[in-house]
Amino acid sequence: MSQPIELQKDETFVLNVGPQHPATHGVLRVKMTMDGEYIYKAETVLGYIHRMHEKMAENRTYPQYMPNMGRLDYLSAMAFNHGYALVVERACGIEVPERAEYIRVITVELNRISSHLVWLGAYVLDLGGFTPLMYCFDDREQILDLLESVTGSRLTYCYFRFGGLYNDIDDEFITGTRAFIIRMRKELKMYAKLVTGNIILMKRLQGHGIIDKDMCQRYGATGPVARGSGLNYDVRKNEPYSVYPELDFDIPVNDGCDSYARYLVRMEEMEQSLRIIEQALDKLPEGPVNPEKKPKLIKPPSGDYYAAVETARGNFGIRLVSDGGKNAYRLKLRSPTYSNMHLFDEACRGMLLADALAFMGSLDLVIPEMDR
Amino acid sequence: MGGYFSDLFSGTKSLLDGMWVTLKEFPKRPVTLSYPHESLKMYARYRGHIELIGDEENKPNCVVCGMCERACPSGCIHLAGEKPEGGKKKVLTSYTLDFTTCSLCGSCVESCNFDAIRFSNEYNLASTRKEDFIIDLLKRLEEQDK
Amino acid sequence: MSLTLLNVVLAVFIAICFVGANAAYLVWCERKGAGFYQRRPGPMENGWWGLLQPPIDGVKLMTKQLLIPGGVDKAIFMVAPVLAMFPALISFVTIPFSDNIVAHPIDVGVLVIFAFAALGGMSLLVAGWGSRNKYSMISSVRAVSQTVAYEIPLLITTITIVMISGSLNLGDIVQQQLDGFLSWNVWPLHKEVGFNLLMPVSFLILFVCSVAETNRAPFDLGEAESELVAGFHTEYSSMGFGLFFMGEYANIVIGSCLITILFLGGWSCPFGDLGIFPFTHNVGWFLLKIYLIIFVFIWIRWTFPRTTIYGLLNLSWKYLIPISLFNLLLTAGLLKVF
Repeated sequence: MSQPIELQKDETFVLNVGPQHPATHGVLRVKMTMDGEYIYKAETVLGYIHRMHEKMAENRTYPQYMPNMGRLDYLSAMAFNHGYALVVERACGIEVPERAEYIRVITVELNRISSHLVWLGAYVLDLGGFTPLMYCFDDREQILDLLESVTGSRLTYCYFRFGGLYNDIDDEFITGTRAFIIRMRKELKMYAKLVTGNIILMKRLQGHGIIDKDMCQRYGATGPVARGSGLNYDVRKNEPYSVYPELDFDIPVNDGCDSYARYLVRMEEMEQSLRIIEQALDKLPEGPVNPEKKPKLIKPPSGDYYAAVETARGNFGIRLVSDGGKNAYRLKLRSPTYSNMHLFDEACRGMLLADALAFMGSLDLVIPEMDR
Repeated sequence: MGGYFSDLFSGTKSLLDGMWVTLKEFPKRPVTLSYPHESLKMYARYRGHIELIGDEENKPNCVVCGMCERACPSGCIHLAGEKPEGGKKKVLTSYTLDFTTCSLCGSCVESCNFDAIRFSNEYNLASTRKEDFIIDLLKRLEEQDK
Repeated sequence: MSLTLLNVVLAVFIAICFVGANAAYLVWCERKGAGFYQRRPGPMENGWWGLLQPPIDGVKLMTKQLLIPGGVDKAIFMVAPVLAMFPALISFVTIPFSDNIVAHPIDVGVLVIFAFAALGGMSLLVAGWGSRNKYSMISSVRAVSQTVAYEIPLLITTITIVMISGSLNLGDIVQQQLDGFLSWNVWPLHKEVGFNLLMPVSFLILFVCSVAETNRAPFDLGEAESELVAGFHTEYSSMGFGLFFMGEYANIVIGSCLITILFLGGWSCPFGDLGIFPFTHNVGWFLLKIYLIIFVFIWIRWTFPRTTIYGLLNLSWKYLIPISLFNLLLTAGLLKVF
């Protein structure tokens, strides 16, 4: 921690950003101690949307807890589903059929793109550009339609089951996804012209919101935030799960450390996700999507289990402690935004208000996931 | 000084690029739907609130095993049944869904082994009264037939 | 023309009608334009293509409660919206729509417009100050530094034109651009100054400055909604807010009138006076030109993200002011030579 700047109480004032503020995209509250338009200190106040998700795991059966996962991070619910399914499968030793694994990867990556699209739109909206938001939502709508046609839901999918999936995908989904990949590649080029190359945006992001490698490590930042600071860490490569090792994709890393680096990492990640989906569709094997023998009642043997997945925002880890009963003894969720948020205070000191909010947007915060 | 002018030109060019992108969108037709006047068809798998499935005589398939009630994470299903005199199977007498707490997870549909409940395609649900969302599914099934 | 009381009343009445109708329907244009740029239809429900939306919005605004929060500086708080609207109205008095449609030609018309435009900047300061709200305060301080930074290149560019035409009267400035569109000030070739390559650049500078002057995106720092909620008008409701809103659109019209008069030949027909009705110098050309410019205003707003305050000051002090000063010197030199 750097030493807090000595405050001169008579020259600063407190600006209360949130819990209802257009830039916080949710009920996050930041108490900013300001000197004019410069920030001395920013104290984040969390908990406005705390719903006791960890405690809820202790009084519901394992399948009953699955719907909660979509409510943590409503933008990449699929990845959270995956994490939870993964930890219970590890605990119970359930084998997942290969087709199910591929479908999991396809849906998770589609969801990652849709999450990044929301981020892109909302971020440019934070910076004052309204139109890209609408284009992003138009593209995201295509993904949501695809996912709705298989899962039956648009946001809180609850699609994964222990050992498999809720139901299989059909040919319509596959052709739809292939069409989407072609469309999205075109749209990404459009975004590059409209947003990425824009001089106003570049001037606002380049060199602002610096987070160095060291700070990322100290706070445990993961995901595009860490990769934008040159830390090559991605759970999909570093602790491979599912069928990711069989697919050929790159982890975009940028040494810029500023908001623009994080921006570029996310844009590149969308392209990589498209690559993953394309390959997974090509390799998609035939077969069942649920294991032939599956325990009737999910009762993991007592012990301590852990699984981590890469969500759109970073490393999401679940630690499950089981005492052999129907309910978890303890479930600890390690959500990415919680760690990513906490470097905000240290990094934003001395910034202008406008830059600090642009920086906050580049962290891609999803408040329900942070407060849990 | 070189940077000064190259900044100026590349900046202006990037702005013009952006304006060209939006101008190209201008004459295109809107992609949105004017919702109350026209609405989309829901996918077959769309998860609305649940409804009972009836047989040919429009009697519910439900055998009142209570699996759905137990599977529900939010406890929003309440059902009751009784054995009619001389009958073998239990007969459903009431099935209420408290839609105010339902999270549409579908655990109930999955837990059902008797093909008795399914998702409805209902999504135009709005009301100012809470009571409207405590749905009597048995009554709904009866009304559906008419 | 003798300045009778009736004349003044009539002029102000027509100006109010013109400004009011423009402000109301520019909001509609803006929303429609935004819709088309964003793959959606814009307002559609009220009237054909949502054409009844502006009057309905107006009624809504007027019937809402005019809330005065406790702790505001009441007098200042009430004056600010009027200050936003009134200078725009006055400016219209001197704008020539055609060689015979002008409320009151003033020999120093350019000066009058700039004097009142500066007052418009003051309304933001007063509104932010009177609101006693931290967001409003930051916004009003930004608005003032923005106004100061942009009045300078705006004035310098205008002085260049005034030097060429030798008159501060807006009508006279147009009179010199009546020989077809090649005689407009926007082109480098000019009979007074020979060849000045910087004239189109000056036109761009004036354009950028009027976008900044009217607090429009990408220079809408005063009401940066993602940072300052609604900026200086956060605390205003009902018609207080409505007046700010109308003031903004009135200023857009003034800005585009100014651009048209100074650089695009005002009411002149681009092909010269051909003698057949649409191709004579008439008010239709003037309106066509200002609405084209307004279209570009809307286009820009729905394309770009917002700049920051230092980005804006950098642009002004590093690019606009030096270039416009250089053009001023160049023009002065050329005027001496030719």
